Amino acid sequence: MKVTVDRERCCSSGMCALTAPKLFDQDDEDGRVVLLIAEPPEELHAAARKAESFCPCQVITVSDD
Amino acid sequence: MTETLPSEITLSARGSCPFDPPPEVTEQAKARPITPIRFPDGHIGQLITNYTLARAVLADPRFSARQELRHIPIPNRLADGEMGPADPGMFIRMDPPQHTRYRRLLTGQFTVRHMNLLVPRIERITAEHLDAMAEQGPPADLVKAFALPIPSLVICELLGVPYSDREVFQQHTSTMLRLDSTSQEVYGAIGKVNEYLDGLVEAKKASPAEDLLSGLITGGELNQEELVTIGFLLLVAGHETTANMLGLGSFALLSNPAQLAALRADPTLVDGAVEELLRYLSIIQIGIQRTALEDVDLDGHHFKKGDGVLISVPAANRDPERFEHPEQLNITRPNTGHLAFGHGVHQCLGQQLARIEMRVGYRALFERFPDLRLAIPADEVPMRSDMAIYGVHRLPVMWEEVRQ
Ligand code: HEM
Repeated sequence: MKVTVDRERCCSSGMCALTAPKLFDQDDEDGRVVLLIAEPPEELHAAARKAESFCPCQVITVSDD
Repeated sequence: MTETLPSEITLSARGSCPFDPPPEVTEQAKARPITPIRFPDGHIGQLITNYTLARAVLADPRFSARQELRHIPIPNRLADGEMGPADPGMFIRMDPPQHTRYRRLLTGQFTVRHMNLLVPRIERITAEHLDAMAEQGPPADLVKAFALPIPSLVICELLGVPYSDREVFQQHTSTMLRLDSTSQEVYGAIGKVNEYLDGLVEAKKASPAEDLLSGLITGGELNQEELVTIGFLLLVAGHETTANMLGLGSFALLSNPAQLAALRADPTLVDGAVEELLRYLSIIQIGIQRTALEDVDLDGHHFKKGDGVLISVPAANRDPERFEHPEQLNITRPNTGHLAFGHGVHQCLGQQLARIEMRVGYRALFERFPDLRLAIPADEVPMRSDMAIYGVHRLPVMWEEVRQ
C-alpha cells in the first residue's frame, strides 16, 4: 500500500491525525497534513483507508500495489 | 398550478421524539434524495437529504458558500438582494482563495495536538462547574450549571476575551440565533458584539497577551475590521454549538438508559459516544447552504446555475443507506463519517476543540453524578425548535449521590 497527500489542497481539519495518528500528523504552522509513513504496514491499512474516506478535502490517496 | 409548486418545508418543527429530525424533512428524505423547495424569498432551490449527495455537494467547488449568493432559508428575514459580500474576515461565507487565506491563519491553533494540550485545563474548568453544581444541590438547570458556561469559558480563554463580559455576547448571540428575529434585530445584535470586540482588539493592540487574538494582532496580517470579524466568528461559533451538544447530548443519554449504562460501565466508550451523539442529534438543524455557480450534473441530479442548495445535516446523518438503524442512538456504532461538522473546505475549524470539550464534559458529568436524572417529564423539556442551533433551552436535573 502507498499513501500520498496533497498538502496544497489540505484544509487542516485534523481528521487524519485523529483517525490514524500513527500515519498522519499536522504541522504546527497551519495544521496541514504531515505524512509519517508512506508505505504503511498491513496492520495500519484499515486506518489509512478510513483516513482517506474521512478527509473532507480528499487530499489523501491510498493505492494498493 | 399551485399544486406543482414546491412547498416551503418546515425545517425546524419537531415531532414526538425531540431527537428526531423534523417529520417534514424525514418525509422528503424517505421519498427522494433531493427535493425542490421554495425559500421564503420565493426562490426555488433544492433540499438534499441523502448522505452521499450531501457529501458530494459539500466537496464540490462548483457549489459556493459566498454570502451574496444565498437565499435565507428562514422565514421572517428579508433576504434577497439585501446581502452583500461577506465582511472581510467572515470566511465561513467565502470561497477559496479568500477563504483559504483566512482559514490558514487559524488552523495551526486548532490542531489535534494543540487541542489535546488543553485537556487538563478543560478538566479543571469542568470539575469546578460540577463542584459548584454539587454544592448548590439538586435540582439544577444543566444548561446554566454545565453546558453553557464550560464552552463559553474555554473559548473566552482561548481567544483572550474576558469571561466577565459574557453577558454582552451571550445575550446578543441568542438574538442572532432566534429564528423569529427580524433581519434588523440580527444586524443590531451583530453590531453590538462587533462594537464590543472592536474595543477589545484596540486594547489588545496596546498590550498584547498570550492568546489567539493577540497572536493574530502581532502576526500583522489582518486589519482591525478583519480581526474583529474573526473574533466574532470564533466567539459565536465556539460557544453556542458545543453548549447545545452538551445540553442536548446529556438529555439524549438520560433518555436512553441502556446507552448511558454502557458508557458508565466503560468510560473509554466516550470517544465513540461523542461521534454518535453528533450524528444522532445533528444540531445544525436548518442545514448547510450552498449555491450552484454553474449548471452541474451530479450523481444523476441536475442543478441549475444559481440554485440555492440546502443540505439537511439531520436528514443526511440519518440516511439508512449509510447508517444501519439510523434512528437508534448506539454509542458503539462504528464511526462511518457523520456530517455534523460539515464536509469540504469549510468543515468545522473548531471540531477538535468541540470533541475534547464533549469527551471531558460527558465523562465528568456522569462520573460525578452517578444517579443523575431529569427533574421534569421528558416531554416538558423546552426544546430549541425556535433557534438556528438545536438543543434544550433548559434541562432541570436531580440527583442523590455525588462522587468525588
Ligand atoms: C459540536 C460543536 C460544533 C458543531 C456541530 C459545529 C458545526 C459546524 C459546521 C456544520 C460547519 C460548516 C459550515 C459550512 O460548511 O458552511 C462549521 C464551521 C465552522 N465552525 Fe463549527 N461547529 C462546532 C463547534 C465549533 C467550535 C468550538 C468552534 C470554534 C472554536 C467552531 C468554529 C467554526 C468555524 C470558524 C467554522 C467555519 C470554517 C470555515 O468556513 O472554514 N465550531 N461548524
